[in-house]
Amino acid sequence: MVEQVKLLDRFSNKSVTGTLHLTATHLIFVESNSTSAQEIWILHHHIASVEKLSLTTSGCPLLIQCRNFRLVHFVIPRERDCHDIYSSLLRLLRPVSYDELYAFSYNPKQNDQQREEGWQLIDLAAEFERMGVPCDQWQLTDVNREYKVCETYPRDLYVPITASKPIIIGSSKFRSKGRFPVLTYFYQEKKAAVCRCSQPLSGFSARCLEDEHMLQAISKANHNSRYIYVMDTRPKLNALANRAAGKGYENEDNYPNIRFQFVGIENIHVMRGSLQKLLEVMGTRSLSMTDYLVGLENSGWLRHIKAIMDAAIFLAKAVTDEGASVLVHCSDGWDRTAQVCALGSLLLDPYYRTIKGFMVLIEKDWISFGHKFADRCDQLDPDPKEVSPIFTQFLECVWQLTEQFPQAFEFSEWFLIQIHEHVHSCQFGNFLGNSQRQREDLQLKERTYSLWAHLLSEKQNYLNPVYSPSFAESHPVLEPSTQAYHFKFWRNMYHQYDRSMHPRQSILKHVLTLKESNRELEGTVQALKTKLQTFGVSTSPLKPQTPPRERSHPPRPQSLILGAPLLSRKEVQQEEDEEVFGEEAREDAPASTGRERTVEGSSATENGYGELKGSFDSKNEPAVVTLEFGVARMTC
Amino acid sequence: MEFAELIKTPRVDGVDLHRPFMPTVEGTLCLTGHHLILSSRQDNTEELWLLHANIDSIEKRFVGSLGTIIVKCKDLRVIQLDIPGMEECLNIASSIEALSTLDSVSLMYPFFYRPLFEVIEDGWQLFVPEEAFKDLESMTDEWRLSEVNKDFSVCPSYPSLLTVPKDIDDESLCKAASFRHGGRFPVLSYYHKKNGMVMMRAAQPLTGTNGRRCKEDEKLINATLCAGKRGYIIDTRTIAVAQQAKARGGGFEQEANYPQWRRIHKAIERSNVLQDSLIKLVEACNDQSHSMDRWLSKLEASNWQSKVKEILTTACLAAQCIDREGASVLVHGTEGTDSTLQVTSLAQIILDPACRTIRGFEVLIEREWLQAGHPFQQRCAQSAYSNGKPRSEAPVFLLFLDCVWQILRQFPCSFQFNENLLIMFFEHAYASQFGTFLGNCVAERVKLQLSQKTVSLWSWVNRPQELERFLNPLYEPNNLVIWPSVAPQSLLLWEGVFLRWNRSTKCLDEACQEMVHIIEYNKELQNKVNSLRRQLAQLETEESPLQTP
Repeated sequence: MVEQVKLLDRFSNKSVTGTLHLTATHLIFVESNSTSAQEIWILHHHIASVEKLSLTTSGCPLLIQCRNFRLVHFVIPRERDCHDIYSSLLRLLRPVSYDELYAFSYNPKQNDQQREEGWQLIDLAAEFERMGVPCDQWQLTDVNREYKVCETYPRDLYVPITASKPIIIGSSKFRSKGRFPVLTYFYQEKKAAVCRCSQPLSGFSARCLEDEHMLQAISKANHNSRYIYVMDTRPKLNALANRAAGKGYENEDNYPNIRFQFVGIENIHVMRGSLQKLLEVMGTRSLSMTDYLVGLENSGWLRHIKAIMDAAIFLAKAVTDEGASVLVHCSDGWDRTAQVCALGSLLLDPYYRTIKGFMVLIEKDWISFGHKFADRCDQLDPDPKEVSPIFTQFLECVWQLTEQFPQAFEFSEWFLIQIHEHVHSCQFGNFLGNSQRQREDLQLKERTYSLWAHLLSEKQNYLNPVYSPSFAESHPVLEPSTQAYHFKFWRNMYHQYDRSMHPRQSILKHVLTLKESNRELEGTVQALKTKLQTFGVSTSPLKPQTPPRERSHPPRPQSLILGAPLLSRKEVQQEEDEEVFGEEAREDAPASTGRERTVEGSSATENGYGELKGSFDSKNEPAVVTLEFGVARMTC
Repeated sequence: MEFAELIKTPRVDGVDLHRPFMPTVEGTLCLTGHHLILSSRQDNTEELWLLHANIDSIEKRFVGSLGTIIVKCKDLRVIQLDIPGMEECLNIASSIEALSTLDSVSLMYPFFYRPLFEVIEDGWQLFVPEEAFKDLESMTDEWRLSEVNKDFSVCPSYPSLLTVPKDIDDESLCKAASFRHGGRFPVLSYYHKKNGMVMMRAAQPLTGTNGRRCKEDEKLINATLCAGKRGYIIDTRTIAVAQQAKARGGGFEQEANYPQWRRIHKAIERSNVLQDSLIKLVEACNDQSHSMDRWLSKLEASNWQSKVKEILTTACLAAQCIDREGASVLVHGTEGTDSTLQVTSLAQIILDPACRTIRGFEVLIEREWLQAGHPFQQRCAQSAYSNGKPRSEAPVFLLFLDCVWQILRQFPCSFQFNENLLIMFFEHAYASQFGTFLGNCVAERVKLQLSQKTVSLWSWVNRPQELERFLNPLYEPNNLVIWPSVAPQSLLLWEGVFLRWNRSTKCLDEACQEMVHIIEYNKELQNKVNSLRRQLAQLETEESPLQTP
């Protein structure tokens, strides 16, 4: 514990003083000022980097960057304390074994049965059944039951009925990491399949008859189209370069009935660099509009997001317009392929736009098919070259869609942001490790809890109040516009914790509250009606009844304060049996005290409208003093 | 009738009308003195009625004998008319060109328009300076209403009644006026009830290169300060621009002569560069290339968003000085009719909850824009598609509306009105059947006898039937100061105006309707619960006497 620590605001000169606590799992900052008493809880797993800056007159600065895009800047009065915290954090944020991850110690006070039920929520076999698989053309194969053919694939895989085991095994040997073509989504209406795999080991001229058979089997399984699309999601140049390493792409001459297409999504290294550039620009203090727009362009981030979206739209069009099956791959088939397959399925199938369906989609295309969450999200023993925001991009693409189709999704962006939070938190077992096999080895289902159960338990927080199930009927397939101006910077994700930047009043929160209140009022109306009925029919002498207690305010869903889902903190508090009286309660309370009244949810403190030159009385040229008011609020 | 001479072909059959995101309509095209009308003559298809005044420019194209006219409107809409027959097409095109560029104000549609509704409340009486002054008098006795400008001779762009410090006589006002650009001496713009601070506006002082001073001007603005208090002069120009103005006889307040005032320079650009910015922005929005980089670089190059940020920042600064510093503020740029008004009116929206109601906002536009002498007719003569050399066109008012929209986005529950009202004001400022935005200042409007000869926009908007469209369902009145964020990440492109005709808003509109439905259903349920409770309580009181022995 260190006292008298200053927390500097990221975008202004404002600071607050408080106490810093270091626990086994969290770094906690508690503001000393008792009226506002802001608390910040940072999970060690969320910390991407800690930096000790050079000593200043006020103390030793410590800069902490988090994977959920939080950036905190402490100034610790004594250099020794700073160093202690710095070195402790360095030790804590680099777990060397899975056992050290938070998920293995996290205990939400559930019994084993509840935990098991949590893990049973998502059932992929049931999901394939929902799609209509197995069917007369597609079957479940047990070839990978023991992870012998492909250790990064799940045990249960679906292939065309005409693909025999030798074909599968032959094909797998001709594919990078053994990731042979398998079914990931079946579009029942046209019997068209979305399949995925990794790149073929074709080099400059190598062929594999089994692999060619495999693709033909996929093609033949769909009578609606004479050809299948093979989408190589890489830029052509990258695919060409791979040929030199004995890898490459399908030669149309060797594969009859394929239509080969490059879609040009960049690799993990480009994406990592792009996000880095984006965050650098957005983190600049007093950013000008020009620098913002130029920075946004130069980072290329939105261009990449659009490329992924374009690919998914291509896939959805091939399936719906032409009734053709599509085979998607990139290099290893676990990054771009996952993005395109998942997003494409989301466009095709309204089920994936529901809360449960979206969980199923992530479980299927990302978790089970071996997106390397541990490597990409830097969970353990990090190799910086493996880290990349591939999954974040997928979430962002979904967000971009919610902006174009506000009624198509059962969930709001808070659901996406919360998932993002937990992909990095290592608090739940779902995203640990790189493959199903590894997860089984870790016995995650026995030793950790499932995020999905947790999210479903707070479902009301993540609902999109204007969701309309009938929209799915009128728009079973989403056809988003790809005009550049439809792609926007996702402020609520990348500035999640910079509250000063967000709208001061949240429409989402407001409407969600009203909707909740509508449900309750409906109940009240019902109850009152019944009561009135008893008045009418009852003959027994009546006791004077106390009218039901008035609720002056409908309850507000918790943790929906803009910019800061406070869930993890609350849980920890429960865990430590502390009183759950978070800042949100205080913040939401009508400001009856003498302090400044503010618009709810606006506790940020910076706007930097300009500098008013210093005091009038000084005779010399006045020093520049920046006026920093708690301006990002309403005052009276 | 003069119009008939300009209409070479009044009617063409078999014309195809193409509009983005709407089905093609085939019908008869008619030209009248003020409208371009396309009617399919079928009951169920809507007709197109386009004011000639709304047409910014047209383009002609020919394929064989089929002519195409592309009509680009000031509200940024682009429509295409396919007209069979080369001669008809040429005739129509030249007629439209002539009719849409009429110079004489008195030929404008508002002078011919007869409302189909009954004027219940005359919009020309919306803002009465005497009444506004009564409100002010109830709060402070430091001010008086001066008639010094009653024949518009002291300042041609000011209204006849002006609020000035009580202790300054008309003679001093005249002297101060001679020291300010266009005679625009400092007048009261806003009184902050909470702490008695004021915001004044003026034009630049005519200090010139030799540093002229004017005792009356100094006395005038010092009279607005309480004893021992200081004030801020916000010059909307950069110091460099203000320095350059000296050479042309303008300038800024020397601190030596105004020791109680601190000058702050901001960088709101002059109106002449704004038009170029609008043209580039609209060009970027109409680009169909789908390339991300191209879009972002064009958006950046238009500089529009930078201007929004700069104006908002300056307005926030003015509000900050008044509310947080407890200091009075004088705002001016060069003429005091453009950036000055943007700043003073936006600061009032931030500070004064009354300006966030529909009526209050109308009064704000009336007071801070129309009466304050923003030259609407000059500024809104052409919009983003004009080919001609710009004269004094500039989207000053549109930028102001954009800034209001930005604040509205950030405080969606604090405004009684919604985006539609802002868009409607934009449309009517550029082309309207109402007389409100005609002319450049009060003097011109009086001369044109607008209040007798035309209908006021407010007469129409304030009818309950119309108002409904502009109400914000989320509105919950609050009397707080609202401080918007001016970070670039917080400022968005105003899609409702700039992408209005380039995208289908069906999905967004439906979502909005659903939201309104939820809100209305909530009210309905609340009422139901209340009435049931009353009913129950009544039954209980009726029953309970029976129980007492």
